Amino acid sequence: MKKLDHKEIAARVARDIPEGAYVNLGIGLPTLVADQLPKGREIILHSENGVLGLGPKPLPGHEDEDMMNAGKEPATLVTGGCFFHHADSFAMIRGRHLDFAVLGAFQVSAAGDLANWHTGAPDAIPAVGGAMDLAVGAKKVLVMMEHLTKKGESKVVERCTYPLTAARCVNRIYTDLAVLDVKPDGLHVVETVEGLSFEELQRLSGVPLKRLASAA
Amino acid sequence: MINKLVASPETALADIPNGATIMIGGFGNAGMPSALIDALIAQGARELTIVNNNAGNADAGLAALIGAKRVRKVLCSFPRQTDSWHFDRLYRAGEIELELVPQGTLAERIRAAGAGIGAFFTPTAYGTKLAEGKETRRIGERDYVLEYPIHADYAIIKADRADRWGNLTYRLSARNFAPIMAMAAKCTVVQVREIVELGAIDPEVVVTPGIFVKRVVRVAATLKRAA
Repeated sequence: MKKLDHKEIAARVARDIPEGAYVNLGIGLPTLVADQLPKGREIILHSENGVLGLGPKPLPGHEDEDMMNAGKEPATLVTGGCFFHHADSFAMIRGRHLDFAVLGAFQVSAAGDLANWHTGAPDAIPAVGGAMDLAVGAKKVLVMMEHLTKKGESKVVERCTYPLTAARCVNRIYTDLAVLDVKPDGLHVVETVEGLSFEELQRLSGVPLKRLASAA
Repeated sequence: MINKLVASPETALADIPNGATIMIGGFGNAGMPSALIDALIAQGARELTIVNNNAGNADAGLAALIGAKRVRKVLCSFPRQTDSWHFDRLYRAGEIELELVPQGTLAERIRAAGAGIGAFFTPTAYGTKLAEGKETRRIGERDYVLEYPIHADYAIIKADRADRWGNLTYRLSARNFAPIMAMAAKCTVVQVREIVELGAIDPEVVVTPGIFVKRVVRVAATLKRAA
């Protein structure tokens, strides 16, 4: 089987984002999606810190401390982009104005529960940022993650064992092995990577999967 | 004649007492009022409650205030960062209290304080650890968590331009929390790059109206700006 690398997962996510969409890319893996969006599609990136129309990384020497993305890395603004304060920024999120949020995850359950902010370890310093708002607010929540942990355990689970970010919020999961849709009756396999059978994916996954009757 | 201009950061913050609740603008370093924070450290107030998105980066600004053990409690959404070592050390030693608030709830609680709202229901955090012990309600088809406003004694923020009435404009993503913090505090102190004549700011582009501002201090820009 040919597992996808992070850039390839990002490219697969990008394929599903249509012209005209307003999108928030979470910190970490999802930020890779920005560079994979098809040229010529006008897609507007939202950043929690009050930016619509987030552009690429600035050229060396053109960084500006007043212009950051949500990961606090230097960023740029595309032509037509704009700024607003934090309450408006989260009104866009919570008020169901964003078409997509792409988020990383520790675990996603069969019901679409998302765990992505806290490992639950007693000595961990918790940090949540905008994850809980994005999870409940975006019209569609897409998760981008490795299918298995470093120990080989499935991150697609029957019930999340890590603390939840939000319940029943994930619509679609993109991993290095497959694309899965979260439906009321469970997880449907949209596609698997080259050389990976449904049966093998099922063996690796921690929850019963269904074959998708027709492609989404 | 109204004149909110103050000669120095030290003068602007001289009356902050021990135990005050202070909102500090900025998201990481973007919009952080560094000169005012330095003056607050020099001023000496202790046992402060600080409201900010983060808990300080590296050794300057908010991180330095926390490192100087002047902060009793932090309300923020994202304390843990690769360079938040001052907060991390005091938190692990049990010397600083943390109230972790989802970022959108933090923003709305601040906005609510400034807008005279008694409390509000938000879907964010429902069914999670961060809603434990909080009142909830089902409204229509959704479940919500009751959240209360965050009021402050002072807000210290950074803006780009101001006039003597305290009308403000901001620059790029440095705006972030500043406009809502200015509304939520009894006394808002602003560090600005430039002070202009009354009327020089186009009334159509004033972001924070002067009614929300008490004191303005000009501080020469030291940050790195794009050419």
